[in-house]
Amino acid sequence: MNLELLSDPLFLWPCLTGLVFALLLPLCGAYLRLRGEWLAALSYAQMAAAGSLSAAALALPLVLGGPAAAFLAAAVKNAFEEAAEATRGAAYAMLLLAGWGTAVLLAANLPLAERLGHALFDGQLYFTDRSHFLAALGAFAVAVPLLRWLSRPLLLSHFYPDFYRARGRSSRRLHLAFDLVVAGVLALATTSVGVMAAFALVFIPPLAAAPWARSWRAALWLGALLGGLAHLLAFALALVLDQPFGPVLALLLVLLGAASALLARGFPRIAA
Amino acid sequence: MPIASAHPLLSVAALVAGYGRPVVGPVDFTLARGEVLGLAGPNGSGKSTLLSVLAGAGRRFAGSVDLAPGVEISWQTQRQPAVAGIPLNGRELLALTGASAAGLPPWLAARLDERLDRLSGGQLQFLHLWACLQAPADVILLDEPTNNLDPQGVAALGAAIAARAAAGAGIVLVSHDDDFVAAACQRVVRLPGGPRP
Repeated sequence: MNLELLSDPLFLWPCLTGLVFALLLPLCGAYLRLRGEWLAALSYAQMAAAGSLSAAALALPLVLGGPAAAFLAAAVKNAFEEAAEATRGAAYAMLLLAGWGTAVLLAANLPLAERLGHALFDGQLYFTDRSHFLAALGAFAVAVPLLRWLSRPLLLSHFYPDFYRARGRSSRRLHLAFDLVVAGVLALATTSVGVMAAFALVFIPPLAAAPWARSWRAALWLGALLGGLAHLLAFALALVLDQPFGPVLALLLVLLGAASALLARGFPRIAA
Repeated sequence: MPIASAHPLLSVAALVAGYGRPVVGPVDFTLARGEVLGLAGPNGSGKSTLLSVLAGAGRRFAGSVDLAPGVEISWQTQRQPAVAGIPLNGRELLALTGASAAGLPPWLAARLDERLDRLSGGQLQFLHLWACLQAPADVILLDEPTNNLDPQGVAALGAAIAARAAAGAGIVLVSHDDDFVAAACQRVVRLPGGPRP
């Protein structure tokens, strides 16, 4: 295969769809990292995969199954947090295992689910089409303004956890809104780029950007830029080398994260 | 909302406070606009617990806490949030609470555009204090604000507290530093004893 294929609509829509998520997921990841909730990303992605496979098994639209399962995961996580702060990490682990168990059992027993399962777990972006791209654009248009609105409360919760309580207000609904935004974005991303590629885009670009940014705003821009560039490079590499997209992107991002950490340690004066 | 200066911002009457069980009280005091009130007492006497109840976090076992209508509280706790690896700078931190940078000591104003994880412990503590002290609020609760501050920082904090009170805020200050309490506060409520048996 060669790069001329990029002009083929068969590959153009997947490339553009992945690019939109590669710009958006690092923004979600920056706030998940701030909250120490990066594992939530993996559990939402895994639950979205299980939801998509369940939808396939029930002959329902996949685009509904993934987000429905991810929203359910966000609601369950919030219920756990209300019950006891100490169970926060346990909720992610249980959701992750529930999603994985459901997905693997469905894939093992239903031929249609097995094919879809391979696409979701291998990260075969090439199955996406124009409808996925439009869904990605819609997610971007909704999520970016919401994240901008939620940014101050999320940062306040980290630096001044009692800011709202001292003013007689609760920030719980704002946190639920953030969980739902992340769950929705991850669900759509998972059905397009696959579970682990979506997780890698959430986790690594903000991590790689952090040492080099002099402000929160700069870190968000840099994270999105790194995500977008990594996606384009991974897409081209996967196409040229005829490899599944998800693992290529994940490995590229791991190299990026490791290089960023080593450079920041080796050249601390250059780091922000 | 304007609040008549004749009425206290905060009235505490026969307050018994704690978490799982009573820790402090009964305590009575009022706080007027422009006043700096100190809460003093040995370790374990319940100073921080009392502040947390004023901020709506701890448990009130008896008595009352009355705020004038429309009063906003800003609360600085002893907890230092993790800043390592988080690319937030000083200016962004102040913007979170709505605090103005005007009047910051020059040794900190010059570093406002640096990341929090590049500041010293004392600079970070002062910035956190400033963000709470200068946030739009009528009542400001400060818990052991001199922790990690050098003499220069303590002096700057004293001046900032006086200026904020002069601008109309009521401030309740908890500190084990009797000299600082004596210098910064117009009135001191001394809590008796240590931990309850």
